[in-house]
Amino acid sequence: MATIFGLWGLFFAYCLIRFRSKKNPTADYAAASKGGLLSFLPDVMVLGFEIWLIFFLGLPIWAEIKEDFPKPEKSNVVELVAEQFSWGFQYPGADGLFSKRDPKQISSGNTIGLDANDPNGKDDFVSINELHVPLGKPTIVYMTSKDVIHSFFIPEFRVKQDVVPGMRVPLWFEPVQTGHFEIGCAQLCGLGHYRMRGEVVVDTPEEFEAWKKEKTKELQQTSS
Amino acid sequence: MEHNSTGIPHGKLGMWIFLSSEIMLFGAFISAYIVLRMGSPNFGVPPEAIMGRPLATINTFVLITSSVTMVLALAAIQRDNTKQFAMFMVLTSLLGMTFLGIKGYEYHHKISEGLTISSGLFGSFYFTLTGLHALHMIGGLIFNAYVLINGLRGKFNSRHYERVEYAGLYWHFVDLVWVILFPVFYLI
Amino acid sequence: MSSSPEHHEPSFIRKYVFSLDHKTIGLQYMFTSLTFLLFGFGLMLLMRWQLAFPGKPIPIIGGLFGDTFAPGGIMLPEFYNQLGAMHGTIMVFLGVVPLGVGFYGNYFLPLQIGAGDMAFPRLNMMSYWIYFMGGVLMLSSFLMPGGAAQSGWTSYPPLSVIAPPGQTMWLISMTFIITSSLFGSINFIVTTVNMRAPGLNWMRLPVFVWAQFITAILLLFAFPVLQAGAILQLLDRVAGTSFYLPAGLVVSGTLLNRAGGGSALLYQHLFWFLAHPEVYVLILPAMGIVAEILATNTRKPLFGYKTIVRSIMFLGVLSFVVWAHHMFLSGMKTSLARIFMVTTMVISIPSVAILSCYVFSLWGASIRFRVPMLFALAFLPLFGIGGLTGLPLGFLPTDIYLHDTYYVIGHFHYVVVTGSLIALMGGIYHWFPKIFGRSMNEFWGKVHFWGTVVCMNGIFFPMFIQGLAGMQRRLYDPTVQAHNATTQILSPFQLLAAVSLLVFQFPFIINLFVSLFKGQKTVENPWEATTLEWACPSPPPHGNFLSLPQVNRGPYEYSVPGMKKDWSAQNE
Repeated sequence: MATIFGLWGLFFAYCLIRFRSKKNPTADYAAASKGGLLSFLPDVMVLGFEIWLIFFLGLPIWAEIKEDFPKPEKSNVVELVAEQFSWGFQYPGADGLFSKRDPKQISSGNTIGLDANDPNGKDDFVSINELHVPLGKPTIVYMTSKDVIHSFFIPEFRVKQDVVPGMRVPLWFEPVQTGHFEIGCAQLCGLGHYRMRGEVVVDTPEEFEAWKKEKTKELQQTSS
Repeated sequence: MEHNSTGIPHGKLGMWIFLSSEIMLFGAFISAYIVLRMGSPNFGVPPEAIMGRPLATINTFVLITSSVTMVLALAAIQRDNTKQFAMFMVLTSLLGMTFLGIKGYEYHHKISEGLTISSGLFGSFYFTLTGLHALHMIGGLIFNAYVLINGLRGKFNSRHYERVEYAGLYWHFVDLVWVILFPVFYLI
Repeated sequence: MSSSPEHHEPSFIRKYVFSLDHKTIGLQYMFTSLTFLLFGFGLMLLMRWQLAFPGKPIPIIGGLFGDTFAPGGIMLPEFYNQLGAMHGTIMVFLGVVPLGVGFYGNYFLPLQIGAGDMAFPRLNMMSYWIYFMGGVLMLSSFLMPGGAAQSGWTSYPPLSVIAPPGQTMWLISMTFIITSSLFGSINFIVTTVNMRAPGLNWMRLPVFVWAQFITAILLLFAFPVLQAGAILQLLDRVAGTSFYLPAGLVVSGTLLNRAGGGSALLYQHLFWFLAHPEVYVLILPAMGIVAEILATNTRKPLFGYKTIVRSIMFLGVLSFVVWAHHMFLSGMKTSLARIFMVTTMVISIPSVAILSCYVFSLWGASIRFRVPMLFALAFLPLFGIGGLTGLPLGFLPTDIYLHDTYYVIGHFHYVVVTGSLIALMGGIYHWFPKIFGRSMNEFWGKVHFWGTVVCMNGIFFPMFIQGLAGMQRRLYDPTVQAHNATTQILSPFQLLAAVSLLVFQFPFIINLFVSLFKGQKTVENPWEATTLEWACPSPPPHGNFLSLPQVNRGPYEYSVPGMKKDWSAQNE
C-alpha cells in the first residue's frame, strides 16, 4: 500500500509543481486524451496484483483457517458459550463426550445450562473466562452465544470469529508457545462489551492434564 | 409545453421508478421469507383448515377483476366517456374494498385459531406481508378516489388522462404483488 | 423559461419555509445538514474525552448531562454507546448524504442540465420536510427512557431487539429518512432523464451530474431493503415476532418467551445490502464535486471523461454485489465469503480508474491554487489513503485480524471525512459566488483548509496503528484490555487534534455567514467556468435561465487551441 501511495504521491507532487499556473499559463487541451491505452496501466497493474493476491494467497489461506479443520480425534475440543459479559468454556471431561445444553436449565450455578439429565454431562466442567489448551496439538472451539452476537478474538493468535446465538460456529488454532494470551470481544454486545475479556492459557501437555484433573475434582466437590 | 428530452411524461417515468423501488421493498421481505422458510428448524406452516385456500382463491379473483375494471376505466376516459369511466372506477374501488373486507375476515379467523403475528415465523411473515400489502391497497384506494373526484369534475379527457393511467399502473402493481403473495402463503 | 416575479410574490412561508424552488430547498438542506454535522461532531468530542481519559469527569460541561448519562460528569457506558450509535447515524444519514445529495444535488443538478427546476417541485419540498422531521425524531431519542439508540449505527439484533426504547425511535426515524430519500431519488432520476437542455446528450453531461444520477439510482434500489429489515426489527421489538431471534435466548438470566426460529444474520444481509451502496452514495457526489473544481482550476478538460463516466456506472452496478464483505466473520458460509472477496477486489478497479483520471488531469494543466482547488487537490491523496487501506479489509485473511478494530474506523473515516467531507467543503467555496452573488474570504479559507487537513490526519492516522495493535471498536474503556495499553498514549493526542479541528471550523462558519451579508459582490461567472450553472445570474432567479439554453459542446472545453478565450461555455 505504501509503495503504491508513494509512487502516486511523487507523480502528484511533480504535477503540482511543474504545472502550476505561474509556470504553465496555458494548459494543454490535448493532454486530456493523450496516453491512450497507457493510461490504463495503473488499473491493469492493480487488477493483476489483486488477481494474484486472491487466487494465490487469499483463497488458500482462508480455506486453511476457516475450512480445513484438523480431525477432532487428534485435537483438544472445547465448547464455548458466550454471554453478556463472559466466556463459558465447556470441557468434556474424562469420557471425552460433551453434555447437551438446555437453556431452561440455566441458573447462577450453571450459567451455560448443562443438561442435568444427560449422562455424558456427569464429568463436564465449565471454565469461566479461562481457556486452557495444550501445546502440541490443535484446539477446536465450537462457539455459540446465549443472548446477543459476540466475537471471540485472540489478538496475539490473529484469531477472530463472531459468536452468534442460534448458530454453532467452529474455530481452530494450534498454539506454538506456552503462556497467557488475552481474549477480547470484537462485536458490540452491550454495556459490558469493553470488559468482556478472558485469557487463553497455553499449558504443556502435563500441565494441561493436571489442570483438567483439578477442575474435575472441584466439580465433584461442589456437586457432592 | 415544457422541453422533455425523452417524450415520456414526468409522471409516468416517476411512477415506474417508484414501482421499481417497491419491487425492491417487497422483494426484500419475500427473500427473507424464503431464506427462513428453507433454513429455519421451526417455521411452523399451518394446516389447510386454518389457511382457507378456497376463500383466498376467490379473493385473488376479486382483485384481478378489479384490475380489469381499472383498465376499462382508463379505456373509457380515453374515449371521452366520463360516465363509464366513473362507473368502472367505482367498481374497481368496490372490488378493492371487498378484497380488504375478506382479508379482515381471514385475519379474524386465523387469530381465533391461534395463528397470530407472534405465534411463529409463518404467522409473523403472513401478517406482516399481507398487512403491508393491505396498506398499499388503502393507498391505492385513496389515489383512486382522488382520480374519480377529479374525473367527475371534468379534469380528464381523451387528451389528458395521465393521472388515471398512473393510478392504473399503481393498482396493477399492487394486484401483481398479491398474485405473488397468494401462492407463497397459500399454495406452497 | 422566464420568471415573472411581479406576477406572484409569494408569502414568507411560501418563499422560505415551504418553498417549491429547488434552490431554496437545496439551501434548507445545506444549513440543516451542516448543523447536524456539527452536532454529530460534538458527540464525537465527548467520546474522544472518554477514550483519552477513561473514567475522568468531562471538563466544563460535564455537569450538564445529568445522572442518567454522566453522574458527577463521568460518562456511563450506556451514554458512551449511545454517543457512538448516534454519531454514526447522524453523520451518515443526517449529515453527509443530505449535504452531498440534498444540498448539492438539489441546487446544482437542474442548473447544470439547463432546467428551470426539478421535475416534481412539491415532492422536493416534502422530501426536505420529511428529512427534517426524521432528524428531529432521531435527536429526540436521547430523551427516551434508557436513552437513544445504543447498538451501533448498524443496529445488529439480538442486541438491538432487547435494547431500550430509543432503538424503536431510531427505527421510526429511519423510516422518515428513507421516505425522504426515496422521494428525492425519483425526482433526481426523472429530472436528469427528461429535463436536459436541447443538445445536452448523455456524454456531454458534467461528471457532477453523472455522479448525482447514479447516486439517486443506488438510493432508489438499496434503501427499500433496509426499510424491510428495519420493519422486521421493529416488529421483533414491539409485536413479539422472532424474525431475528433464534429460539432459547437467555438474557440476564431470563429465558425469552418468543417463538424463535429467526436468524440474526438475516438482518445483517438486509442491512448491508443498503449500507454498502450507501458508502458509494457518500463518495460519488464528492467525486462529482472534485471533478468540477479540477476542470475549472486546471483550465483543461478532465483526463479520460469516458473512462470516468463508465467507471461511475460500473461502480454503481457492482456496489450491489459486494455487501457481505462486511460480514466475512459473521458466521455466514465461508464459500459465500470467497465470492464476496472476489467482487470486492473487482470493485476497487473503477475506484482506481476514477482517481487515476483525476490525478492524470493535472498533467499539462495550468493549475490555479484557489481555495476550492486546495480542497479538491487534498481529496486526491487522502481518499487514496482511504481506498488503499480498504484493500486489507476486503482481503479475507487479513480481515480476520482487522475486522471490528480501529483499523476499520481509520479506513472509513479517511474515505468519508478526509475524502467526502473535504470535497463537500471545497464545493461550498467553489459555488458560494453562484449561490449568493458574493465571494468568501480567501485568507480565512486557506486557514480553514490547512487547519482542517492537518487535524483530520491527526485524529484518524493513529487509528491504523491502534487497529494493527488489535484495539477493538466501540470500547467504552479500552484500557481494561491489556493489548490496548501500548496505543493508549495516542488517544490524548487524538483528542487534541479533534478539539483543534473544531476550532478550525470557526473560520469557516464565520466566513460563511459574514460573506453572506458582507462578502464582495461577484460577477455571474467569477471562475470563468464552462458548465451551465455559470451561464445564469448569480444568484439565479426563480426559473434559473432567462431563456432555454442550447448546448453545443462538451462540459470541459477549456484551453481549446485556436480560441481567444481559454474557456468556452457549454451553451456558447
